[in-house]
Amino acid sequence: MTDATLNSGGESPKNRSLHTLDVRTKRRNRAESRFKAYGIAAILVGIFFLVVLAVSIIRSGAPAFSRTVVDIEFTLTQAQLDEAESQLFKTKAYQTMFIAALKEKLDARGLDVAFDDAAIERLLGKIGGDLRSFYAANPDQVGQAVSFQLPASSRVDGYFKGRVSRDTLQDSRFLMKTDLDLVDALHDAGIVRTAFNSTFITGADSGVDNPGGAGLGASVVGSFFMMLVVLVLSLPIGVAASIYLEEFAPKNRFTDLIEVNISNLAAVPSIVFGILGLAVFIQFMHLPQSAPLVGGLVLTLMTLPTIIISTRASLKSVPPSIRDAALGVGASKMQAVFHHVLPLAMPGILTGTIIGLAQALGETAPLLLIGMVGFVARGYPETVMAGFTEPNSAMPAQIYTWAARADASFYEKAWGGIIILLAFLLAMNIIAIILRRRFERRW
Amino acid sequence: MFDTPNREASVSQTDIKINARDVQVFYGDNHAIKDVSVDIEDKTVTAFIGPSGCGKSTFLRCLNRMNDTIDICRVEGTILLDGEDIYDKSVDPVQLRAKVGMVFQKPNPFPKSIYDNIAYGPRIHGLARNKAELDEIVEKSLRRGALWDEVKDRLHAPGTGLSGGQQQRLCIARAIATEPEVLLMDEPCSALDPIATAQVEELIDELKQNFSVVIVTHSMQQAARVSQKTAFFHLGNLVEYGETGQIFTKPNDPRTESYITGRIG
Repeated sequence: MTDATLNSGGESPKNRSLHTLDVRTKRRNRAESRFKAYGIAAILVGIFFLVVLAVSIIRSGAPAFSRTVVDIEFTLTQAQLDEAESQLFKTKAYQTMFIAALKEKLDARGLDVAFDDAAIERLLGKIGGDLRSFYAANPDQVGQAVSFQLPASSRVDGYFKGRVSRDTLQDSRFLMKTDLDLVDALHDAGIVRTAFNSTFITGADSGVDNPGGAGLGASVVGSFFMMLVVLVLSLPIGVAASIYLEEFAPKNRFTDLIEVNISNLAAVPSIVFGILGLAVFIQFMHLPQSAPLVGGLVLTLMTLPTIIISTRASLKSVPPSIRDAALGVGASKMQAVFHHVLPLAMPGILTGTIIGLAQALGETAPLLLIGMVGFVARGYPETVMAGFTEPNSAMPAQIYTWAARADASFYEKAWGGIIILLAFLLAMNIIAIILRRRFERRW
Repeated sequence: MFDTPNREASVSQTDIKINARDVQVFYGDNHAIKDVSVDIEDKTVTAFIGPSGCGKSTFLRCLNRMNDTIDICRVEGTILLDGEDIYDKSVDPVQLRAKVGMVFQKPNPFPKSIYDNIAYGPRIHGLARNKAELDEIVEKSLRRGALWDEVKDRLHAPGTGLSGGQQQRLCIARAIATEPEVLLMDEPCSALDPIATAQVEELIDELKQNFSVVIVTHSMQQAARVSQKTAFFHLGNLVEYGETGQIFTKPNDPRTESYITGRIG
């Protein structure tokens, strides 16, 4: 590309005007502008794919943050409660009462749509059970008007989000064409509307048949606990190891061997760490399965090489004259390192650590092997918040689980989960930049 | 120590600050310093001259064991500071370096304030009991470093923001803040312009009242200007050592003559 050949062709440089370019200069200039064009093209391609990625993620993921709800006020009297509880099919009784109330509401608004119990069941799912558990938990609400926001079924939700259309809908036990008339009528009446889906941000994973109730909250907590474990373990261990290797260790074949192995470890596929974690932490040490503690330990193993490599690089980049200066005034080796070298290396160390953490945050494969996937939260949020040893999931593992499920609304949740995950990663990178700026200012 | 006349006799003995005998330095298999024996006097400026790679800096770094930081470097022979072997097993190089300060070729202030640059050494050696004493040490050191008037109003400005010559004087002030007995200078003026060089040379001349100064220099004019004793190194050997005037006017060794007249080097 650089034409570093001998003066081939062209007249001798002496008797030439500066205003005319000779052949070689022209060729060199052309090569340079070609190279610039390649560079700009590469950047444009990169930006194009980034935009495509961002647009497709946001378009596919944004619907996960809203949901279709049925907004209805319902009053259950003590007499109705007693009556329902005395029957054999208790939830069915609740459902019948609810549907009766709904009918009344529609009649009062002058809406004339014919529907049966089955249609309501298709619209709202098994509503009776929800009502019964609500009144069992809040007995003081009996006899009072309670305004319920009931999530509509996945298909109805899909109808409003454009996933399901009248033309493509085939009548099934999940949704009939006639149901859509009812839904439209309810929508016009303001009973069915689209609301912000707070469950998606705060909730835990739900069963496969209830996409509406699925949320990422539990996994966010799980990821947070894991990151805490990773930070607390890998930062001190990694920094201590790199300081020793870089500043104190003798340079011999043994330390060379260690260095090569650390570099190799950084390139080991994460699933290998997962299987190691399964074998060592769960099968040998009998730590609880699916727990953020184990996930954090596995991710620590994975993050350590990254932190060690970046810390060593930033220690190496501190000019040796600073060490000489400190030793020259009679500082001990350790004083030289801790008073002068480490503060200068701090921005690099922090950046490396946060990049390592961000990598760990997005890691899925090792979590699959230690069972941090496909769990059902019992007693959420108390058990999940309780800590490091309770079963939990992590954001990427949760996204993976959703993406693997059949229902299209889980697919939408997966995209929405990616938005949240990316938001966390972005936040971490911003923190890294801010920290670096801050420490760099302290010259 | 030298104020009473009846101790005159002991003066001539303690006159020798550093006594090096048969010093050999090896970098791996490379024999960098061969059989160097030299006596460095107290309150004197001693200059090491010689062509590049002749070992003068290496020898200088032996005097405060800075070569310890280089893994492959090995030192043999004896170097006595006030009669004590500095390579003895019981000697902690950190204590030695508090006695034998060093100024480097490139100004290397810590990326901290001017005040903290000076105060660092006294702090780690516990030379000041309180802030007032520390302030005093800082002022005294900066005055001796001929820098006080220039920086007294911005002691908390970064030391790296000073000019090259000021930075080097800051480094000298930092080195003398710990009250060393010997000050080693490894080409302290090679990164400075002539005016800054003149200031540093003037400073060196003043410093010899209190310290024994050893300076490595490439500039023979500088050696002639600042030093009382000169040692000429060539290919790892100490070729000639004597009074500066004698070395530059009638050298005994033909190699010295060739070097100072510009024929080798």
